[in-house]
Amino acid sequence: MELSRRDAVAALAAIGAGTGAAVHAVDSDDDTAAPPVETLVAAAEVVYPSELSGVEPFVEALAERRAAGDDAHARGVRETVRELDRHAESWYDAPFVELSAADRDALLREVGADTADEDPDGTTAERVRYYVVNELLLALYASPTGGELVGIENPQGHPGGVDSYRQGPGR
Amino acid sequence: MSGRTPVEGADVCVVGAGPAGGIVADRLAADHEVVVLEAGPRFDPAERTDRQERAIRPAYDRPDVWEMGGPRDAHSASGERFYPLNHARVKGIGGSTLHWQGMVMRLHEDDFNSGSARGVGPDWPVDYADLRPYYAEAERELGVSGADDNPYAPPREEPHPMPAFPPSYSDSLFAEACEELEIDMHSVPNARNSEPYDGRPECVGYGTCQPVCPSGAKYDATTHIESAAARGAMVIDRAPVQRLEHDADRVTAAVYATPDGERHRQEADAVVVACGGVETPRLLLLSESTDYPDGLANSSGLVGRLFMDHLFAGAGGVLEEPTRQNHVGFYTSGCDQFYDDADAEVAPFKLEFFNYAGPSPVETALSADEWGDDLLEGLRDSYGNHVAMGALVEQLPREDSYVGLDPDRTDDHGNPVPDVHWSVGDRALRTIERANEIQTAVLEELGAEIEWVAGPDDTGPAYHHMGTTRMSDDPGAGVVDADCRTHDLENCWVASSSVFPTGGAMNPTLTIAALALRVADHVDGALR
Repeated sequence: MELSRRDAVAALAAIGAGTGAAVHAVDSDDDTAAPPVETLVAAAEVVYPSELSGVEPFVEALAERRAAGDDAHARGVRETVRELDRHAESWYDAPFVELSAADRDALLREVGADTADEDPDGTTAERVRYYVVNELLLALYASPTGGELVGIENPQGHPGGVDSYRQGPGR
Repeated sequence: MSGRTPVEGADVCVVGAGPAGGIVADRLAADHEVVVLEAGPRFDPAERTDRQERAIRPAYDRPDVWEMGGPRDAHSASGERFYPLNHARVKGIGGSTLHWQGMVMRLHEDDFNSGSARGVGPDWPVDYADLRPYYAEAERELGVSGADDNPYAPPREEPHPMPAFPPSYSDSLFAEACEELEIDMHSVPNARNSEPYDGRPECVGYGTCQPVCPSGAKYDATTHIESAAARGAMVIDRAPVQRLEHDADRVTAAVYATPDGERHRQEADAVVVACGGVETPRLLLLSESTDYPDGLANSSGLVGRLFMDHLFAGAGGVLEEPTRQNHVGFYTSGCDQFYDDADAEVAPFKLEFFNYAGPSPVETALSADEWGDDLLEGLRDSYGNHVAMGALVEQLPREDSYVGLDPDRTDDHGNPVPDVHWSVGDRALRTIERANEIQTAVLEELGAEIEWVAGPDDTGPAYHHMGTTRMSDDPGAGVVDADCRTHDLENCWVASSSVFPTGGAMNPTLTIAALALRVADHVDGALR
């Protein structure tokens, strides 16, 4: 199943879009305010199901709105991605994006993001869960395509109208 | 005059910017100088999708969505049942309608005559006929989507302002089982737009009605506050009223704090206290004096007493077929068939057929211990075949259920915090069992494997705070009279579910709105 631009737009409607800054803001504490698109795409390739296609443009659109601004959320995403990269360099001698999918999966588990409860102010595991893993899962499963993978074309958080709740499974 | 200083020559001071305060202010603002004092902030509508994200993400508890909690909202719960007060309310322009579900039923005729008709509890000093025109007006004010297909509803004189939301797919499954059991289903009135209404859009199905509607299709009281302001009312947010100054017969000023640490006195000819069923009695108790040593307007001794809520009863399970849940965050069918069977032994209750049974896939995903293909497989396994029913049950007013002040704990302004001492009697617990019997019978007829039952031991409050400034013609048996004016003070009214002598089993906000419209008429009459 292919993620579409409509999914990206829907995901951004469903979740807060931070400041909505599409232009990369200058950040005094963060001189690389560009969104870490490649790292997020690399993480999405692990946390998204394999039957999905179109992941890259979907995550690009997400990152532009959620990880590019000067708001606390965007800074949190970038800082957490840098932290993830530091672990990748330390444990696998390469940045996250250069690891194999198996190593990316292993690294995310080794930092504890699989079992951690998300917390934007918590431990590394909790922040990776919040700003990377759940950032991606929220965008996907609140979108129509992500919902349809599960069997719900109007998932919670998506303004999909008031027709689908009336329709039976053979819609 | 700055934005937070008192208004000179005010006619009316409204304390609280929820639905009751908003409606009163809006009604009076065109002809009178009205000031509204609200303890919480004015929330930015543009932030609602951020609040929705908080509602979905597991990092945030329910009070976090609307920034409840902390020293401002400290509270105690000394009763036998814990009361999660900050899950139950929102402080801010709009009040608790910011997070409410939006169900707007009229009370039944017997609800106003519980003592006479059911043999328990007091009668109200007003009856359904008194409120009937105000109910119709309240439905127009809030914007209610409903249909005239409920044979058990009290008589009404005109259609709802908007058509009802049609039944859901899962309603159609329930309908087959209910027909076998001779249980009638019908639509339910929603304060949620089924079509554009009053400048607000139709529902677009975000599915997070409770606790936040990003689209504005669900009514909240910002509508009335904005309208009141447009008519000239001064609305001051982040201005918690600390006490009501008074002499023996009149409230003379509302003393409020502002974020800069200052205190101000807002004088007015009339004062309407509209802070909900907990903060209303708390403010009166905090305003004690030599004239009223037990709390303002408390000659009856009933301020804060007789606290009631509605009790939840429910049951749910799974079918061996898809049930299409969690597309929307509201329900579309109910059953009031058993409501008026109530007597001294069994309370009134209403049944609800949920459209949001079982897990929401996105919420499940954010708390899962796996990702990728394993997560998707888990989501497919957990979602799709749940069904559930709920019920609301009346509890009677009881001496051992009350809102008091905790002398050992203070808020950010040094005032004793509210102590919700909540107790529930046997009639309500028996009624929960009765509701469970019907719910499980329906689910079994449906062929469901029942997974959970919320019975007497698992029940919880519906967050409807009632009874703490009871309405009565007798000054010894109530805090306010039939006009919702305090017996003790000639210029002080209460607009809140705190005036309900009994609670019925219907969600209270439509009755709150109807009474608020009536209070506005009485205040207007008194000022002329």
